[in-house]
Amino acid sequence: MNRLLIAIALLLGAAAAPAAEAPAAADPVLEQRVARLAAELRCLVCQNQSLADSQADLAIDLKTQVRELVRAGRTDDEIRDYMVARYGDFVLYKPPLKATTLLLWTGPFLILLIAAASLALYLRRRRARLADGGLAPEERARARALLDGDREET
Amino acid sequence: MRFFIPLAVFLLLAVFLGIGLTLNPREVPSPLIDKPAPAFSLPQLRDPQVTLTAESLRGKVWLLNVFASWCTPCLEEHPLLVELAAGGAVPIYGLNYKDARDAALKWLGRHGDPYTAVIVDPDGRAGIDYGVYGVPETFVIDRQGVIRFKHVGPLNRKVLEDRILPLVRQLQK
Repeated sequence: MNRLLIAIALLLGAAAAPAAEAPAAADPVLEQRVARLAAELRCLVCQNQSLADSQADLAIDLKTQVRELVRAGRTDDEIRDYMVARYGDFVLYKPPLKATTLLLWTGPFLILLIAAASLALYLRRRRARLADGGLAPEERARARALLDGDREET
Repeated sequence: MRFFIPLAVFLLLAVFLGIGLTLNPREVPSPLIDKPAPAFSLPQLRDPQVTLTAESLRGKVWLLNVFASWCTPCLEEHPLLVELAAGGAVPIYGLNYKDARDAALKWLGRHGDPYTAVIVDPDGRAGIDYGVYGVPETFVIDRQGVIRFKHVGPLNRKVLEDRILPLVRQLQK
């Protein structure tokens, strides 16, 4: 069992071995901007990783591209637009607010609102029920009859 | 009523999750559909002295197939491309993506060459312009140079006959 685990670990290690990383620029300010942008862009090959986290070939190419765009003096928005023009909104980890994503952004609040309204409704009904002893008039009459019947029997 | 609400919620969830299961998360809708095909000017594989531009293909309907010799799924669709090329329904242009020239030529020699011309993109720059994220990918481009359809992953007969060929015939009219 242990041997199997080690074999699997070794295989995974080999698969995850990083491809040649693009040479980092000497300028730390520029590198910081590249890293920040790469962290908010999605790697399309390994969809749940950002470009910054991914060592996939395409992610490295795209990071190189981001670095070049930064070096060419493009603004962050321009670089984001460049990626969106090619890969769609999907590359953004933070989807933009627009007609098609309205439900995505407002959905959690809508659900919270519905839950709060249901809770309020439930509590009001419960309070009304408790106020009159928790029983409807006909239930009350039936309970009375049952209790009286009991007394007669004993 | 008391049992109906949870049941309705459950059914709604089940329907949404069911739809979610049938979707392919790898297929990212391309923003390039109905946009002009990005310009390129790249050397050809067989004769690197000669460059091919996207501009020069204006006026005809063509397929752009992104492939590489290191790409295993490309082998899967390749016989279909060879067959399509033999039929002559539509010219296929190859984009040899991040590949070595020798390897690509050898690969085409071994598996057949369906391409009217092959352009090379060794550093993947043109690939990025076309939003390529998984080889193979196939684009249908119309007479005006507008991308009309994109397929990610190996082509199969169903996509070819149900989507691509009808679209090509309609565009060629």
